[in-house]
Amino acid sequence: MDIAISNGRIVEKVDERKAEVIDASGMVVMAGGVDIHSHIAGSEVNAGRLLRPEDHRKDVEVKTAITRSGVGYSIPSTFTTGYRYSRMGYTTVMNPSMPPLEARHTHEELNDTPMIDKASYPLLGDWWFVLEYLRDGLIEECAAHVAWMMRATKGYAIKIVNPGGPESWGFGGNVESIDDPVPYFNITPRDIIRGLCKVNRLLNLPHTIHVHTNNLGKPGNYITTLETMRCVEDLATEGKPAIHITHCQFSAFKGSDWRTMKSGAEDIAKYVNSHNHVTLDMGQVVFTDTTTMTADGPFQYRLYGLTGNKWVNHDVETETCAGIVPFRYSRRSSVHATQWSIGLELALLIKDPWKIYLTTDHPNGAPFTKYPQVISWLMSRVARKKVIKRISRRARRNSLLPNIDREYDFYETAIVTRAGEAKALGLKQKGHLGVGANADLAIYNVNPRLVDPSKEYGTIRKAFSRAAYTIKSGEIVVKDGEIVRPVQGRTFWVDIKLSSPMEPTEELRWKFRKYWTVEFENYPIPEDHLTASVPITVEARI
Amino acid sequence: MPAVSHVPCPVCGDFCDDIEVTVEDNVVTDVKNACAVGAARFLNFAGHRQMKPLIRKNGELVEVSLDEAIRRSAEILADAAYPILYGWSSTSCEATRVGLELAEEVGGVIDNTSTICHGPSILSIQDIGISSCTLGQLRHRADLVFYWGSNPWSAHPRHIERYTMFSEGRFRQSAWEKYLSSLGGILTRKRLQRAVNLLLGRRLSSPPEVEQGLPYTMFQKKRKMVVVDVRRTRTAEAADYFLQVKPNNDYELLQALRMLIRDEELDVDEVAGVPVELLEEVADVMIGCELGILFFGLGLTMSEGKHRNIDAALSLVRDLNQYTKFLIMPMRGHFNVTGANVVFTWQTGYPFAVDFSRGFPRYNPGETSVIDILCREESDAALVIASDPVAHFPKTAAQSLVRSPLIVIDPEPTPTSFMADVVIPSAFVGIEAEGTAYRMDHVPLPLKKIVEPAKTCLSDVEILQRILHEVRKMRGGP
Amino acid sequence: MQLGELMPKLKVSLLTGRTIDQGTGRERGKFSEEYERSVAVCQMDPDDVRLLGVRENDIVRVSTDFGSVILRVAKSARNPHPGVIFIPYGPWASLIVDPETHGTGMPSLKGLPAEVEPAPEGSLLSLPELLRKHFKKG
Repeated sequence: MDIAISNGRIVEKVDERKAEVIDASGMVVMAGGVDIHSHIAGSEVNAGRLLRPEDHRKDVEVKTAITRSGVGYSIPSTFTTGYRYSRMGYTTVMNPSMPPLEARHTHEELNDTPMIDKASYPLLGDWWFVLEYLRDGLIEECAAHVAWMMRATKGYAIKIVNPGGPESWGFGGNVESIDDPVPYFNITPRDIIRGLCKVNRLLNLPHTIHVHTNNLGKPGNYITTLETMRCVEDLATEGKPAIHITHCQFSAFKGSDWRTMKSGAEDIAKYVNSHNHVTLDMGQVVFTDTTTMTADGPFQYRLYGLTGNKWVNHDVETETCAGIVPFRYSRRSSVHATQWSIGLELALLIKDPWKIYLTTDHPNGAPFTKYPQVISWLMSRVARKKVIKRISRRARRNSLLPNIDREYDFYETAIVTRAGEAKALGLKQKGHLGVGANADLAIYNVNPRLVDPSKEYGTIRKAFSRAAYTIKSGEIVVKDGEIVRPVQGRTFWVDIKLSSPMEPTEELRWKFRKYWTVEFENYPIPEDHLTASVPITVEARI
Repeated sequence: MPAVSHVPCPVCGDFCDDIEVTVEDNVVTDVKNACAVGAARFLNFAGHRQMKPLIRKNGELVEVSLDEAIRRSAEILADAAYPILYGWSSTSCEATRVGLELAEEVGGVIDNTSTICHGPSILSIQDIGISSCTLGQLRHRADLVFYWGSNPWSAHPRHIERYTMFSEGRFRQSAWEKYLSSLGGILTRKRLQRAVNLLLGRRLSSPPEVEQGLPYTMFQKKRKMVVVDVRRTRTAEAADYFLQVKPNNDYELLQALRMLIRDEELDVDEVAGVPVELLEEVADVMIGCELGILFFGLGLTMSEGKHRNIDAALSLVRDLNQYTKFLIMPMRGHFNVTGANVVFTWQTGYPFAVDFSRGFPRYNPGETSVIDILCREESDAALVIASDPVAHFPKTAAQSLVRSPLIVIDPEPTPTSFMADVVIPSAFVGIEAEGTAYRMDHVPLPLKKIVEPAKTCLSDVEILQRILHEVRKMRGGP
Repeated sequence: MQLGELMPKLKVSLLTGRTIDQGTGRERGKFSEEYERSVAVCQMDPDDVRLLGVRENDIVRVSTDFGSVILRVAKSARNPHPGVIFIPYGPWASLIVDPETHGTGMPSLKGLPAEVEPAPEGSLLSLPELLRKHFKKG
């Protein structure tokens, strides 16, 4: 079949005599990759870049006539980030952690991240306004303020990290379960998750609440994850998802301590297989040296305690926090190897590929440049076996993978790396090749009729590492894995229309001055601050 | 006349954004809420300007057209084998972005003022990490505030009132009243002490009796401030406690505190001029607080030990987190030196001293930092913007700088522009030009334009873009 | 002290840094009188001033291994700090600080060993004169 492109969109047909023709015979054609969760911009990411000059030194990008220079490895500089995603055939990336007070920083970095369309999720789970309104049961007021905040920060979705944790971390504490009350605020993580889930529905946002669970990284936390998914079961409507659990691997540990730690993927998969209100992304680990960075301050401090590595902490007034610790995953560590296994188990045990997406929670599990390797593991049992042979014995014994025969085919791979994510994000024009879609395509040099991915996983990996063609908004930007045309990419955000728009009241301004150290007028980001702004209008239910 | 409010002040790292400025006929006539230095900036910026572009011909600076100055600048940079692009801390992030592109284009070294300021702090952070926060976190929660080798009263005048002791937070009250009531006591005590000294023929400035222990206020559940410095600064006067440390002995003092908070015994009676008994009490107060913050300044980065002093400070705060919540923050001097670090880092991976001579970013302070390059006489041209290295670099480095062709972009005449070969007048960012800048705690805020600049004074962004464009033309590029 | 007699020299530790006057003076322009006054000054402990045999506003010479400079004396209000002198950041201080960065990029601008002596025959240069003298340009 042929695909026709005109003016940046896929159309029914074009005049072939006037068109540029790409012969993609013998190759796989997919929509451009969509990454639902990757830390690529903002204060937390940049603090990570600053922290790791040694990480950059081993991986440099030389300036060319059309591309800027830069550095990798686990936290690439902005230009390099854009180029590397594009070389892999990705065209849309979501930056999942944006402290609202520093949203301007996130957008400035996104402006300097070429080649891809992007958006960012403001961290709202511990925002004082949210905590107070939900505590007082004022869901509609909360929703109105969240709408204001989305516009002020040019955000795309509601991000919640270890709800209650960041506020407790303000004084060095944490929450231990979803019913553990947040000090000073008389509200529990369960209230926060449910409250924001309702807010999300009232505002009609394209994506669900995006949740990093409590107790991340703790043996036995799979229980918390199940509770988190259960706690919004009754809020699901029309069989549509109500919650997205991100980098689920880190939240799928069984056991009571590091010695007895093992996989909780089976229980989680069982739940997900029988419920339609949840989507997940993997958070796959790869054995390499990388950098962890999340808004889970207490977790990151604990990681510092475990490793003794350098540790950055950044608390953001009134809103959230962040922590960064370099981390090396080793195949010889039974814990790390089990983590490696868990990510794949989740993807293979969850039957419906529309419910689970491929991520490494870049850079937490591994740099995003490792995606092709993860794809090869999903598509080939043999590739998995090769790794299992060399991991820690205890992890090998406990791993469920040896008993899992399933191998992804190209369609399933396309779903977990683009179509499913676009659908979960509500990006209707992305992730597919139907008429009307954005003309974002990736053509990979692998012939599905000739190549058996199960056996030729090396070919798969190579093919997905360097796209034969990447097409962005109808222009060829990558050829044979090299940038041939630098483009800007656009920044998406939700422009929420309330039935009665919220005017900043005197009370809001007064509260603002009490809560923050910046003036109300200087807080919101004007639209023209985004180099290529694409607001997505949304009609709220209030 | 209506006032423009919420104007961020483009002077120091406090980056106060609540300034109110009255503008009449394009002239600033009144300023509210600013400190003395901020007010001086808004009221006087127009009074001492570089108005016309200049080029040095036959030893003298003569007026030229902007086009000629831009062309000459581009020539200098394009012809140079190893040019330096320095400054960036007092201009907008947008200008720094163009500067990085320019430095990459000409294969030069780009460095900002952290190289002679908090560079060592950055080196330390890269080794150890840092437990920090935004300033509001302290307003709301800090009950123990340390200013170490830093004198906000002189260098960051509104810091204490906006962010720490005299600010009102959700969980903490302001200590202003406590300070006011003790002020009378402080002044009386000083006068009394002088009188007694005069009577008894003692040295007028003899040190006050060393207090046997910390004052009772240090053990109250209110905000407390401790100043550690080599001399009793104005900030020290307002503190609940002042620790006078022997010059160049901060490292020992910090390490001693690290030992004490872990209940380790010290073999000595005093460290850095401070009795160990006193230090033990200080350690107890540190562990006993609810949230402590250690602000540090150039007293640590510039004295002997440099980044090793910061290593010790960062490690002390990190270790304290085992017992309580403790944070640390460098007191950045210029209003956008943080912004310069931030932009450098996201575009190149490195915060300062970035060398593009091999076509990709390289970072090796001591080798690629500007003072060292100048002292080794390795550079053969320089562009200086938003800073005054001739006034602030050690003589050898400054002399090396002026010996090669020197381009200066600045709103006003400075010792550096005095020595320049090309001078390009620019608009004052934050008053005559917009942009973004980052506060000392990494919070980004918009700089406002409240006055129209003269036609001959373009913004830094425009000037740099023109130079970049010329350089590309000369190299046959797009 | 009579001219021609042995002048005392004080060994001190040199500090450089910011002051409010230097900050506000600088806002009046780098070539303004306020700025020059605010940075061409050496703040000393009052007892050290007496030991040196000078008075407030007298002229002294401060020397380090890297150079020497003529400055005006001011009695420090931040006393006591015997043996420590303070010169605000600026062109005068920069002439005598240590460029050695010890591989960190940061020169040594505080805690330098220095000597102070009265210089009754010396005269305070204006900023342009100072720059021309030391840089042979401008």
